[in-house]
Amino acid sequence: MSQQAVNGVSHRGRVLTLDSMNPNVKRVEYAVRGPIVQRAVQIEKELKEGAKKPFTEVIKANIGDAHAMGQKPITFFRQVLALCSYPALLEDSKFPEDAKQRARRILEACGGHSIGAYSASQGIECIRQDVARYIEKRDGGIPSNPDNIYLSTGASDAIVTILKLLVCGEGRDRTGVMISIPQYPLYSAALADLGAVQINYYLDEDNCWSLNITELRRALSAAREHCNPRVLCIINPGNPTGQVQSRQCIEDVIRFAKEEHLFLMADEVYQDNVYAEGCQFHSFKKVLFEMGPEYSNTVEMASFHSTSKCYMGECGFRGGYMEVINLDPEVKAQLIKLVSVRLCPPVPGQALLDLVVNPPQPDEPSYATFMKERTAVLSALAEKARLTEQIFNTVPGITCNPVQGAMYTFPRITLPQKAIDKAKELGLVPDMFYCMRLLDEEGICLVPGSGFGQREGTYHFRMTILPPTEKLKVVLQKIREFQLHFTQEFS
Amino acid sequence: MWNMKQLEYGALARRANQIKDELRQGVRRPYKEVIDVFQGDLHRAGMKPLTFVRQVLAACVYPPLINSSNLPLDVRQRAQEELGRCVGGSGYYNQTSQIKLYCQFCNVQDIHSTEMPFRPLLNREASPRTGVLIPVPCHNKTVLSITQLGAVAVPYYLSEEQGWALQVEELQRALESAKGVCNPVALYVINPGNPAGYVQSQKSVLEVIRFAWEKRLFLLVDELYQDRVYGENCEFVSYKRAVSEMGPPFSGTVELASFHSVSKGFSGEYVCGLRAGYVELVNLDPAVMKYIHTLFSKDACSPVLGQIALDLMTDPPKPGDPSYLLYKQVGPENCTLVYVKKVHEVVNSLPGFSCPPIEGGLFAFPRLHLTPKAIQKAKELGLQPDTFYCTRLLEEGGVFTGPGWEYGQKEGTYHIRYNTSRALFKELLRRLSSFHMTFMKDFS
Repeated sequence: MSQQAVNGVSHRGRVLTLDSMNPNVKRVEYAVRGPIVQRAVQIEKELKEGAKKPFTEVIKANIGDAHAMGQKPITFFRQVLALCSYPALLEDSKFPEDAKQRARRILEACGGHSIGAYSASQGIECIRQDVARYIEKRDGGIPSNPDNIYLSTGASDAIVTILKLLVCGEGRDRTGVMISIPQYPLYSAALADLGAVQINYYLDEDNCWSLNITELRRALSAAREHCNPRVLCIINPGNPTGQVQSRQCIEDVIRFAKEEHLFLMADEVYQDNVYAEGCQFHSFKKVLFEMGPEYSNTVEMASFHSTSKCYMGECGFRGGYMEVINLDPEVKAQLIKLVSVRLCPPVPGQALLDLVVNPPQPDEPSYATFMKERTAVLSALAEKARLTEQIFNTVPGITCNPVQGAMYTFPRITLPQKAIDKAKELGLVPDMFYCMRLLDEEGICLVPGSGFGQREGTYHFRMTILPPTEKLKVVLQKIREFQLHFTQEFS
Repeated sequence: MWNMKQLEYGALARRANQIKDELRQGVRRPYKEVIDVFQGDLHRAGMKPLTFVRQVLAACVYPPLINSSNLPLDVRQRAQEELGRCVGGSGYYNQTSQIKLYCQFCNVQDIHSTEMPFRPLLNREASPRTGVLIPVPCHNKTVLSITQLGAVAVPYYLSEEQGWALQVEELQRALESAKGVCNPVALYVINPGNPAGYVQSQKSVLEVIRFAWEKRLFLLVDELYQDRVYGENCEFVSYKRAVSEMGPPFSGTVELASFHSVSKGFSGEYVCGLRAGYVELVNLDPAVMKYIHTLFSKDACSPVLGQIALDLMTDPPKPGDPSYLLYKQVGPENCTLVYVKKVHEVVNSLPGFSCPPIEGGLFAFPRLHLTPKAIQKAKELGLQPDTFYCTRLLEEGGVFTGPGWEYGQKEGTYHIRYNTSRALFKELLRRLSSFHMTFMKDFS
């Protein structure tokens, strides 16, 4: 250990430096909250301190956070959660009976009748049962076993947990995980963190971001040269791309997974966010079982859902679950052990999930309001999806695939060569340069496409369609103006 | 020694749940319900939540309550304040580290998983493998977290004879034992202890800091039970404070991460189910901090209700506030911890049990002196001796406790762990005493 005296005070290296740090951590990046967001926060601070800028607020269209963008929570859900938090409210006549009934049921299932108690690591049993029933109903009666349901802290927690089980091996035998490009950067971050090999398969931008089996095959055979591919991840509806895969596509993917002996991870958190006509959400589980026992008895799969998206948008509660299919029973025992280390998912999130899978029924007092609110949110999103695609496609230099589902648009931008050169000069990836300029000049925070992955030589950005319609129109207008004058500046 | 795979992990818990189900279905047993003192979850043990905290949380979750005259004014005001800090109103992803507590010269991050502290330190691909010094006994999740990350847990034994004291010579021995096996980079300390209920003296804290500094070890300090100290002449000394008071060179160079949580007693409230806590990082390399920030950001955020609860508990109602009287009344469990002393006295008086005084924390970890006959019977059943004892205690006494082997202990010694919740202690003592006398007689 060398010690150098500096100004008479002995100076010694730290234990934890960039060199001694877990090298996997260095590879972890999460663009959704990366440098551009840090710059946005900086600008907001400056605005607060009275700095003069060409805009009065920063519009954070970078993260899929509905409530932060003004979406209202579902009244019924919040009523039940309030009742669970402070059960004395069960005596308050202002709360509807159906909310009270659900709160009582949830509290009954909690240790000490309190949401402050730890729950079982796999999640509160009656909630898992409710989730199973919800899945059965959604999938036209295909049975779901509550033992295969694991409640989690948002979907992210469950996704990482499964990856932990799957990643092993050294060198050429190291687990390879197939993920779509573009992808939601939780996947690339988790794979970097776990030291797994990321195997990219490209979605087809010219065909509405569809998934081609030939591309899957190409990616897989190339990967076999240097790793052991074991997992195939698919996000449907897609993030950032917003495509909703056809039923045929889902069948093809399942068939491919079976042929190539891959574990399927189906990220379905946007399953209620489907807008385009002719598009429909097909759950992987349903399709799997409809393909018959040859598939449903053999293909190993985990599908994920969350309370952060859809029409609830309750990101902060951290509610979610995964359903595992055909998992080896001994592995399940290890899975239970693994999730027990983090004790349990947040109980309020579990309670919220219970309400999502067990919403007011037509014969209940809260039904009308609930349906009104739900419909309002989803139809607003559908309208904004349409509007976004329409307006972006009128801007020279921007092309935008239909936003069939989810909450984002991922348009392609054509950058003049001079802009690309300028970016390189500044040591920035071209779409980061573009987004930084947009942020500085218009106060709009988007995430550069490079954060999600894209074909070499193409540039994109991801924008959420969450701001309220009037504000969204302004944002679209500003981006259009920016695009025009940016192109001119670098022509 | 931490036999995680060998014996069935969680078997006792499963059996406890089975018995609870059977009782619910009306099966006759020598008791009407199972007393669950296994985990550190006081709500499950019957403790009542703090009204103030729950009222504010309810109003945050359902803002129309802010206008409800049924809620005290200070509750409504606080809810409004908290919501003001949440951009979208509690449903949203909080900016990681937006709720800053004790900020001064440290960085505060919210944590919600036991694994997070270890991740940046442990290099899975390193050769030799990274090592972390861990106390024996220790709560079992820690070992799992470390081994899961591909690192080596290097045990150092707390001295039971000296009230579970942490001895520097033992730290030195542990470090030596790691030579050729792994590269130790961190020293993990639990103070107050879990499962052993010790509270480190100021002298001990300083010794450990000095040792860590000399041997270039990153200090990871679990201070979850800092609000639960009741030993006579015992005082909780925070590592952060000790480091700073030691002055240079320690104060500017010792790298430290200390953890706290709302689960384990923050001003008396225990809200395990909300899953919130925080870690304070001292003297970390700023370049490394950037990456830690990214690691946190990809996990979205810790549950917002938990963050709000954390905030409330660090700033409770003050004298004069409408909620103050009720808050003080129901208040912290450690107001009258005379009962913990009672638990210790009674158990210690049972032949076959011995236990140093419980100075702090949430658990007792008495030593079981089992007869050769009992040990033999356990072996026949393929169980660890203390698991055998705990299994019989569960079946016959209806008390769910944790066997010592799950936490680590010196070879040939046996212990059990149970939480010292005030709500259950009388019943616990009654059943434990009765069962124990019978058990010792059966195996005399």
